[in-house]
Amino acid sequence: MKFLTEFGLYLLTLKGMFSKPENGKMYWKEFMHQCSEIGIGSLGIVAIISIFMGAVSTLQTAYQLVSPIIPLSTIAQIVRDTVILEFSPTLVCIVLAGVVGSKIASELGNMRVSEQIDALEIMGINTKSYLIMPKLLAAIMMIPMLVVISAVLGIWGGRLAGTLTGILSAATFDKGLHQAFKPYNVFFAMAKSYTFAFIIASIPAYYGYNVQGGALEIGRASTKSVVVSCVLVLFSDYLLSALLL
Amino acid sequence: MIEIKNIKKGFGDKMVINDVSSVFETGRCNLIIGTSGSGKTVLMKCLVGLFEPDSGEICYDGKNFSEMNEEHRKALRQSIGMLFQGSALFDSMTVEQNVMFPLDMFTKNTVAEKAKRVDEVLERVNLVDAHKKFPAEISGGMKKRVGIARAIVLNPKYLFCDEPNSGLDPQTSLLIDKLIKEITYEYNITTVVNTHDMNSVMEIGDHIMYMYQGIKEWEGSNKEIIFSKNKLLNDFIFASEFLKDAKDMRTLEVKGKIDNNRNMDELLK
Repeated sequence: MKFLTEFGLYLLTLKGMFSKPENGKMYWKEFMHQCSEIGIGSLGIVAIISIFMGAVSTLQTAYQLVSPIIPLSTIAQIVRDTVILEFSPTLVCIVLAGVVGSKIASELGNMRVSEQIDALEIMGINTKSYLIMPKLLAAIMMIPMLVVISAVLGIWGGRLAGTLTGILSAATFDKGLHQAFKPYNVFFAMAKSYTFAFIIASIPAYYGYNVQGGALEIGRASTKSVVVSCVLVLFSDYLLSALLL
Repeated sequence: MIEIKNIKKGFGDKMVINDVSSVFETGRCNLIIGTSGSGKTVLMKCLVGLFEPDSGEICYDGKNFSEMNEEHRKALRQSIGMLFQGSALFDSMTVEQNVMFPLDMFTKNTVAEKAKRVDEVLERVNLVDAHKKFPAEISGGMKKRVGIARAIVLNPKYLFCDEPNSGLDPQTSLLIDKLIKEITYEYNITTVVNTHDMNSVMEIGDHIMYMYQGIKEWEGSNKEIIFSKNKLLNDFIFASEFLKDAKDMRTLEVKGKIDNNRNMDELLK
């Protein structure tokens, strides 16, 4: 019953976002600010995770593929598909659920508790629209871009690890990258990243916007939003895999 | 003018405001006073539309706020300014940006025009050197003044102040009270102040409504409050022995039985 109430409130919060902006220029400014916060702000951590993720994939795949009848270029193939299909969209989005999600929840929660949201409401501003919509749109725009960057860096990290350790040459790795490439995998990764981006922005926005109480509740809302986002990312990952693959 | 008629508001089984009616006149400082939990903040939130009353009417210059659709409410809200208890300034913006925010959102003025208006209101609240400071870098009294500046920057018709003196020292409180009073008279605004600060009651209370457990217990002016026979009001206003004595002295003075300027020394002997 509590789940249905929460889900209903979540839908109402999202529904409340759709209204004519009071001033399009201010909304655009806020959207660009959020793009910078979510996109540029998360670029560092995404880059680090992706490079190491690709590097570890290469090393572990090479460790497991010990048969002499399997060509070395297969390592690159496996790394490419693992990174594109799973690591970049899912792993990066789980990290972003923590980084971006907790930021959105605590920012909105703090604004609620310190009456800044009330102040905006009294000015005649639709706060759901002004505060949540730009974050949601910025996440939907920036997170798939981060996933693409992550995939590129992941594969590059794998190539780097492979050549540095002498497991395979750069030419062999590049050959493997071109073998049996399915563009559909990229479409699948993008479908996942758009879905995850919506979850990562909307769930923390709901918890942060509806905080009641003080500093303790902001922390709780932030933690809860990250946990719920991560679970939903994993659940929708399974659902999309079952539906689209 | 704001008129409230038979406002009722409850949360669950608890009735927080019970059948409260009053009229807040334009160009006057209207005070809502009462102990903590008496329902004054809930009443103010009902007035500005943050809470929906269970029943009753709130009329802004004859227009029923409760019956307005969202678009009309939005339009009306642009003529409302509010000073919050904690100032509610936007942390990520400087003082100047905070005050400019309503102008950015609701006017098509040029940057120079907006900057001029910001300078005017900041000067009006005696804050001339704080433009580039962030809320975290200024004192509580300064935050309140920035809050007032932001509230009046769009020339509102109605000004709401929720406990404007909370957390301030008596001298700064008096300055804020004076500012609210001056702005009310200068711009002919309908001002509603929610307070339990007795200095404010005596200084700026043109019209005072005393609330007790969600009910309007007494209504009058700061001139009348001192002679009130209402026990609940007297217990609230003149809570300390010192204030009780002060009330008695003032009553005797007004009745001509003592002259504070002349025979106080004699009385003290």
